[in-house]
Amino acid sequence: MLKYILKRLAFMPLVMFGVTALLFACLQFLSPEMRASLYIKDPRQLSQLESVIEKYGLRKPMPVQYGIWLKQVARGDLGYSETAKMPVSEAVTSFFPATFELTLVAFFPILIVGVYFGVLSAVYKDKFVDHATRFVAITGYSLPSFVLGLLLLMVFYGRLHWFPPGRYTLETDMLVHAAEFRHYTGLMTLDCLLNGQWAAFVDVLKHLVLPATTLLYISVALLLRITRSSMLEELSKDYVRTARAKGLPEKVIIRKHALANALIPVVTLSSLLFIGLLGGVVITETVFDFPGIGRWGVQAAQQLDVPGVLGSTLLAAGLFVVANMVSDILYAVVDPRIRIGG
Amino acid sequence: MNRLKGIWKVLRRKPMSLLGFALIGFFLAVAALAPVLAPPEAGSRDNYIIPQTGYSPDPVRPSKDHIFGTTEQQYDLYYGMVWGTRTAFKVALQVVLVSVVIGIVLGGIAGFYGGWVDEVLMRFTDIILAFPDIVLAVVIVAVRGPSLTNVMIAVTVVSWPSYARLMRGDVLSVKERDFVAAARALGASDARILIRHIIPNSIYPVLVVASLSMGRIVITAAALSFLGLGAPVGYADWGQLISLSRNWILGSSGNPFEYWHTVFIPGIAIFLFVLGWNLLGDAARDILDPRQK
Repeated sequence: MLKYILKRLAFMPLVMFGVTALLFACLQFLSPEMRASLYIKDPRQLSQLESVIEKYGLRKPMPVQYGIWLKQVARGDLGYSETAKMPVSEAVTSFFPATFELTLVAFFPILIVGVYFGVLSAVYKDKFVDHATRFVAITGYSLPSFVLGLLLLMVFYGRLHWFPPGRYTLETDMLVHAAEFRHYTGLMTLDCLLNGQWAAFVDVLKHLVLPATTLLYISVALLLRITRSSMLEELSKDYVRTARAKGLPEKVIIRKHALANALIPVVTLSSLLFIGLLGGVVITETVFDFPGIGRWGVQAAQQLDVPGVLGSTLLAAGLFVVANMVSDILYAVVDPRIRIGG
Repeated sequence: MNRLKGIWKVLRRKPMSLLGFALIGFFLAVAALAPVLAPPEAGSRDNYIIPQTGYSPDPVRPSKDHIFGTTEQQYDLYYGMVWGTRTAFKVALQVVLVSVVIGIVLGGIAGFYGGWVDEVLMRFTDIILAFPDIVLAVVIVAVRGPSLTNVMIAVTVVSWPSYARLMRGDVLSVKERDFVAAARALGASDARILIRHIIPNSIYPVLVVASLSMGRIVITAAALSFLGLGAPVGYADWGQLISLSRNWILGSSGNPFEYWHTVFIPGIAIFLFVLGWNLLGDAARDILDPRQK
């Protein structure tokens, strides 16, 4: 088992290396002049375009530029992101907790709703609950997050004024940036609680409701489907029939016997679900103007902020690779056949 | 004929897949009849450019002249929806077709030859699959410049690797089968074995997954348009029309739903289009997947 994990770990830097190389290759579509203009803040500096190109080595062949960039990264210098108005390393530490918090807040409700209704839909197969659940699942799967997000904003922000976009109101913003507010975790909800700021906690939570709901609705379908089919399979197995034959109540059979086995694929799927959420936050954060990695990445891409693009996509890809690896490892832990092959 | 009967049998048991057929059929009809449903103005150079009635920045609610209302800068939403159906089909079908062909060819080669060819191709797919697909797509469109063509290229680039990997896996199992050994014994060339024997016998799972992923591809392409990276403003494209609505979700002070149509109408269209493809994909799986029989 350890060997398998180590092998996967060793593979990770290779993938990350490939990821950066691919990103660099993409960036070669931009002319040196375009990439240089990013460093110029004032139109009067335009005459220095050539010297900027010279300074950053933008006309050198791609492998050379890649080497220069790698050296920079090794020194811990990822450059300055124009869209975030701060160095990339700082931007990562400021945006990542927001995205992480949003993903966490969405993740557990997805697990609960997905497993609960997945089981319900298997136990009452072809009954009303089953049809309703599957209908909700396939509509959620078909509804683009930006459409759902905009409709939710229209109703719950425009009409009802309950849940505003953004991460918090101006009041909370002043509060959390005050000197006496201590940032323990970077997760705004927890930090507000630890600082004893109830009003701010409620405010932050209010801002999380709509984006988390959007993520829930568009991501829960996969989990529903897997739980349902896995549960159906378990319920048709011999041990369930034996349990029924010896007169166990149906509740005990479902909760104690079938569910425990049905959850195995669900466990391995949950990290894939996390991956799906990472993709989902890109659009969701943009719609709700939520200051996380996704919104930063989109803004950086729209404004061709090269260090910003590299920083945010690298982080996203890194998280993605880790989540994939966790999924593989979980799978190997659960299913011994994989380990032998690895 | 028997095959058609089998298909009908599967469909009759599943009213939802009939709904899928109905939805896609409806959109096909709209796309085909676009010049009749929304006749372009005489002398317009490009039928996909939505006609503008005035330049007022505020959207106008549905009325007799504009049954779906107008967006900001007075683009007629009805015209945009009708011609946007053609855009939606064009994008979805081209992306799926091209990425499936690339996936089948590269996956087939990787599985058939194995060795370093396989290693290089599969590590390359690893790298592309290491990105959430929307993230890489955004980067590609951003560096190549916003346009519908670049959206299609970007979505194709992020879509083909999963088909290639699936294809490779199938080829790996098919190439060990007896009929391949028989063909080789008869002196068939590699290309002949690959094209005549292996690909036709390993293609179905890829086709099923392709039909299931149609909906996701439409959503990704629409999301790029929504981010302002796709078709230019005023082009008949649903995602682009939704991006025009972003500033109008609040309505006016007296009426919070004043501009509901700018989000709701194109939103519902994308939703139904994707729903149709997803339901069709489910049906295709039931029909093509031999394990279900």
